[in-house]
Amino acid sequence: MKRYSFLELAKNAFSAHQNWGRQWRSPEPKTEYDVVIVGAGGHGLATAYYLAKEHGVRNVAVIEKGWLGGGNTGRNTTIVRSNYLWEESAALYNHAIGLWQGLSQELNYNVMYSARGVMMLAHTVHDVQVAQRHIHANRLAGVQNEWLTPEKAKEYCPPLNISKNIRYPVMGAALQRVGGTARHDAVAWGYARGADDLGVDIIQNCAVTGIRRGQDGAVEGVETSKGFIKAKKIGVVAAGHTSTVMDMAGVRMPLESFPLQALVSEPVKPAFPCVVMSNTIHAYISQSDKGELVIGAGTDQFISYSQTGGIHISNHTIDAICELFPHFRRMRMLRNWGGIVDVTPDRSPILSKTPVAGLYVNCGWGTGGFKATPGSGHVFAHTIAKDEPNPINAPFTIDRFRTGRLIDEAAAAAVAH
Amino acid sequence: MLLVYCPYCGVSRPETEFSCRGEAHIARPADPSQTSDEDWVNFLYMRSNSKGVYVERWRHIHGCGRFFNAVRNTVSDEFLKFYKTGEPMPDLEELAKEAGK
Repeated sequence: MKRYSFLELAKNAFSAHQNWGRQWRSPEPKTEYDVVIVGAGGHGLATAYYLAKEHGVRNVAVIEKGWLGGGNTGRNTTIVRSNYLWEESAALYNHAIGLWQGLSQELNYNVMYSARGVMMLAHTVHDVQVAQRHIHANRLAGVQNEWLTPEKAKEYCPPLNISKNIRYPVMGAALQRVGGTARHDAVAWGYARGADDLGVDIIQNCAVTGIRRGQDGAVEGVETSKGFIKAKKIGVVAAGHTSTVMDMAGVRMPLESFPLQALVSEPVKPAFPCVVMSNTIHAYISQSDKGELVIGAGTDQFISYSQTGGIHISNHTIDAICELFPHFRRMRMLRNWGGIVDVTPDRSPILSKTPVAGLYVNCGWGTGGFKATPGSGHVFAHTIAKDEPNPINAPFTIDRFRTGRLIDEAAAAAVAH
Repeated sequence: MLLVYCPYCGVSRPETEFSCRGEAHIARPADPSQTSDEDWVNFLYMRSNSKGVYVERWRHIHGCGRFFNAVRNTVSDEFLKFYKTGEPMPDLEELAKEAGK
């Protein structure tokens, strides 16, 4: 792999940047792999990278129906944070934060992780109580999170409207300073380049059409549009299509897939310093380094695979943004899109072995999987390589729906997130 | 925004008048004390989440307030049939074939 550096940049300037070379190969699939990962999004590529890097499992293929990073990885609002209520979640997401902090160096690829702070607004007495409970729980769990008065919140984010005469006045905010954003595409590309360099085959435009199981029930490999590929182990990391893929192996999943929308405005000069989220009036906003306002809306109320969402859903979010940040009222939106997110009943992910030997699943990230990308790949690679979970993802089994040991972030936040 | 038909009111109205209540025809176990953990898991959490023809419950919350069922294609979001609660589940393959014509 050609390492990227200032010297390399200068050298390539002499050849007008024509000789950089490809960042990863486009190989044809081999007939057999030790591990096949289904889905080349951020989580799948990270899994392959850590399998090769930390566990020496290099005979790995990542199989992708479309192009890598073309699903939810390229369709999200890039927010990174770890201020979840329950200890299990805090440990998982904080593990990711730790990896985010050194990721650009680790991958030799600028993922543009920017710890600009994530501020979550409180608009009602109930919100204030919930936010403070989160802050106390986070502090006990070693997760950074602090309370801001409305005035302090405005100091941190000057465009914020804290006047008392709006429908839902700001009563305070929880701020996680290590939260922020990262460049979503670069995360997928960086992991793809790193994994490819370690020998992982990334096979794009190749749909998995079946999972073959042997007499003993264990997996034998995957049927794909490029023929049968033998595999000792299969990791399914297919986001909204996880239940469709798992169905091929005869495993039912506690998942429902919804379209989740995001939209961006025309680019403007730097006007917005941090990430602001409001669960109560449903608005998520930050500004990308290109200058676009990146806005997250909600999910539709019905399951769908359409990759579009209802216009009333994004309108609802825009209403909230306009009230909280009146000076954005005349901004024009450039484009909006939908991604299909797989939601579990307790709004916590599943990173788990399955009842089928050799089959592993990483899914259920719902509307907030991007933030966990490095941590998710890291612990899932451990689960596949060792055939047992890392202590961090041990609570996130499928079996928790039978035992009742849910990690109920749904009740904790009262919204999808 | 979908256009939803309420079989009780006999009118089509915008989706915002309705609330979608998830997969239809999932019956609560008749004898809870005799029901195994597996059956509870299936009843409470497991869903078909079909990509294609899917049966779901809707409620006309800003109308008559009643529940009814609908068959919808989850890829195109097109409704194939609406019917009242208590009526049997239609033949989904048949409906899909008709819609494909």
